[in-house]
Amino acid sequence: MPKHDTPLLDQLESGPWPSFVTDLKRMAKKKDQCWDILGQLELSFKDKITHWKHGGIVGVFGYGGGVIGRYSDSPAKFPGVAHFHTVRLNQPSSKYYSTEILRKICDMWEKRGSGMTNMHGSTGDLVLLGTTTDQLEPIFWDATHELKMDLGGSGGNLRTPSCCLGKSRCEWACYDTQAACHNITMTYQDELHRPAFPYKFKTKFSGCPNDCVAAIARSDMAVIGNWRDSIRIDQAAVKSYMKGDFPSNGGAHAGRDWGPFDIQKEVIDLCPTGCMWMEGDKLKIDNSECTRCMHCINVMPRALRPGKDQGATILFGAKAPILDGAQIATMVVPFIKMDLENEFAEYKEIIEKAWDWWMEHGKNRERIGESIQRIGLPAFLAIMEITPIPQHIREPRSNPYVFWKDEEVEGGFERSVAEFRKKHKM
Amino acid sequence: MGYDPENPMKDRITDIGPQHYAQYFPPVIKKNFGKWLYHEIIQPGVLKHVSETGDECYTVRVGCARLISVMMIRDYCDIADKHADGVMRYTTRNNVEFMVDSAAKVKPLLDACAKHGSMPVGGTGAGVTNIVHTQGWVHCHTPATDASGVVKAVMDELFDYFTSMKLPAQVRVALACCLNMCGAVHCSDIAILGVHRKPPMIDHDTITAVCELPLAISACPLGAVKPAKGINSKGEEVKSVAVNNDRCMFCGNCYTMCPAMPLADPDGDGIAILVGGKISNSRSTPKFSKMVIPFLPNTPPRWPETVAAVKNILETYAKDAKKYERVGEWAERIGWEKFFEKCNIPFTDKSIDDYRLAYDTWRTTTQFKYTSHIK
Ligand code: HEM
Ligand code: SF4
Ligand code: SF4
Ligand code: SF4
Ligand code: SF4
Repeated sequence: MPKHDTPLLDQLESGPWPSFVTDLKRMAKKKDQCWDILGQLELSFKDKITHWKHGGIVGVFGYGGGVIGRYSDSPAKFPGVAHFHTVRLNQPSSKYYSTEILRKICDMWEKRGSGMTNMHGSTGDLVLLGTTTDQLEPIFWDATHELKMDLGGSGGNLRTPSCCLGKSRCEWACYDTQAACHNITMTYQDELHRPAFPYKFKTKFSGCPNDCVAAIARSDMAVIGNWRDSIRIDQAAVKSYMKGDFPSNGGAHAGRDWGPFDIQKEVIDLCPTGCMWMEGDKLKIDNSECTRCMHCINVMPRALRPGKDQGATILFGAKAPILDGAQIATMVVPFIKMDLENEFAEYKEIIEKAWDWWMEHGKNRERIGESIQRIGLPAFLAIMEITPIPQHIREPRSNPYVFWKDEEVEGGFERSVAEFRKKHKM
Repeated sequence: MGYDPENPMKDRITDIGPQHYAQYFPPVIKKNFGKWLYHEIIQPGVLKHVSETGDECYTVRVGCARLISVMMIRDYCDIADKHADGVMRYTTRNNVEFMVDSAAKVKPLLDACAKHGSMPVGGTGAGVTNIVHTQGWVHCHTPATDASGVVKAVMDELFDYFTSMKLPAQVRVALACCLNMCGAVHCSDIAILGVHRKPPMIDHDTITAVCELPLAISACPLGAVKPAKGINSKGEEVKSVAVNNDRCMFCGNCYTMCPAMPLADPDGDGIAILVGGKISNSRSTPKFSKMVIPFLPNTPPRWPETVAAVKNILETYAKDAKKYERVGEWAERIGWEKFFEKCNIPFTDKSIDDYRLAYDTWRTTTQFKYTSHIK
């Protein structure tokens, strides 16, 4: 028997897209709390406003993150969700699971929580939605002992790193994103679980400039696969594309008749740097002009591949608008090697240097991108001991307001006004 | 065994980190790790990857509501157990993927998904894939709109674009239910964003008890919150704050720091539509989404205004853009004045930036197009 009437939500049970309402109702037969989720959500649909109270700090002993407190503002009406906290579990790199582990997670969550989840949260964690305070320690126990899974991050700490599926199923990955994500997560467990930063810090790993995990938009430190030598070309495959033997873009446009494939129009003319041309029936690339945008490779995956000298580009400071407006990440280190053999030493040196500075100088609730804006990119580069190069900018500054330093100007800033007045009377 | 509240620290395990990913690879993935040569999309929602060893991996991609029960997860597991070596994965955009190692295994897998009824196959190539989104009214305290409900309504309407690949390029739709943008909608082709439009109220009864006033004051990026005396419901004077409404841009940051400053409101809250963002570096550089519709009302359960606005933009783009052109690239090629004209979206002062660095977005040339906007 439904515990609450849900005339508005019921309307979301029709239509071809999977319905979370139908799913919630199914779960409600087993877990009474789900009726109260439905009831409270229905009330929100009616009132057009949330019925969750603000915040509330809860957690497991010794950790500063991983659990987000949540309380209903109408506990009398919806006792099942009076307290209804979120637990973040740290997902395995790129979210492959055996059904065995998933079923264990399901059993644990059916026993100790609402049975509802987010697969996954936007940051990457496996999100378990809705449990009571007294269940938190038992959940942590079960997670670590039986599932061998740890909590993810929340609060002013390293947020759970995430990565694209990389070399496991993508031909374009320029480094092993999964190994990097795993290694970095393991190395910085303390930073992940015990808040010590001014605010959140996200790092994400994409294998190539297509950036499937949106690292450039969503992470304080983005690691995007890249190469520095020449695009590999299989001229025979180029010819096959021109003859129409292979579908362009791996068949991504198959749903519409766009006419026969035209290498000039679809590849050469769309290259943003204009560095490609045909010489007879051979495709030529002036690789020194290429900005490695991936377009030609995306269109002809069987003919073109990233070069062999592979690594990653590091960018800093992406964030959503709060507080200071949105930022896309700024390119800081053009290329590093991402080697498993040396445990990603180059990456670690960079992240630790950035953290050391930010922990000391970042203001409360200031993302590192905002700190960098505040002190300026030249100052950040100096802190990171990186030589400024034209690659750091889209264009040089157009205002002449340069912050020269005392030591940079002949004779320094200190002068005698008395000496000045000897020659220049008021 | 199990947790013992009498002895909370006994046998405690901490900082073990995530499970190692490689143990969950299907055999064909494990064997061909790093050896993939190329891929093809053999039909919407079905990818074929070919390795230099000659091995093939077929992936079936299934749309998923993201907010799902353990029962639904077990349904996925049943299919994976029966058809896909007991392994599955989730994509960054909350789809589910099953992988098999031969073409022959694809059809039975597709049939099993079809039989379930809530496992649509699609989301590849030049189409619309799953909408990344946030919590909304179902589980967050700051939203200006719902998330799962709006997404369900929009995806029902765009469903045909999920199961086909007839757009000029991929279109990424994202939703965030407040300006915090947990869903990172600020770089999506079409972004649905919950927005507040009324300044915070001040609860003088609770503010001294639940808020650090200096934190609430410094939380405001515009300095709109200042210390002030307030009168509580008993008529007593208390230390509190005042808000300069003219300065407020309704970001909700004060509420994040101070629960006694709620700003959510049934009439004030609603949805803004932003378009033209992208993340990939392909051809043009990553771009922010730009606000083209400043406000649409919250109209649960199906948000018809929002659904119509998204569909209209998507279909106008689909008709007009060139092959490979993303929404933002198209809008820049034709010019934003044409974008508004072609999409038949009324232009208002709200789409002219007046926040920090606004000047970067103003037109500083005599180059513009004559559209119906010039009277
Ligand atoms: C008390 C305040 C906040 C709460 C309770 C909160 C809650 C959350 C939750 C629950 C998620 C995961 C959402 C999901 O995956 O569905 C999340 C992610 C996120 N939050 Fe917040 N949030 C808060 C403040 C903020 C602020 C101030 C910002 C921006 C500066 C922000 C930006 C984000 C972003 C960008 C993500 C995820 C993006 C990604 O990595 O995919 N949040 N937050
Ligand atoms: S970011 Fe690049 S390497 Fe990673 S999955 Fe996407 S296309 Fe492949
Ligand atoms: S990767 Fe981009 S810039 Fe380089 S050749 Fe290809 S299309 Fe041109
Ligand atoms: S976007 Fe805002 S309302 Fe939505 S989940 Fe994030 S903090 Fe909550
Ligand atoms: S909503 Fe934002 S702008 Fe308005 S008073 Fe609060 S912090 Fe300031």
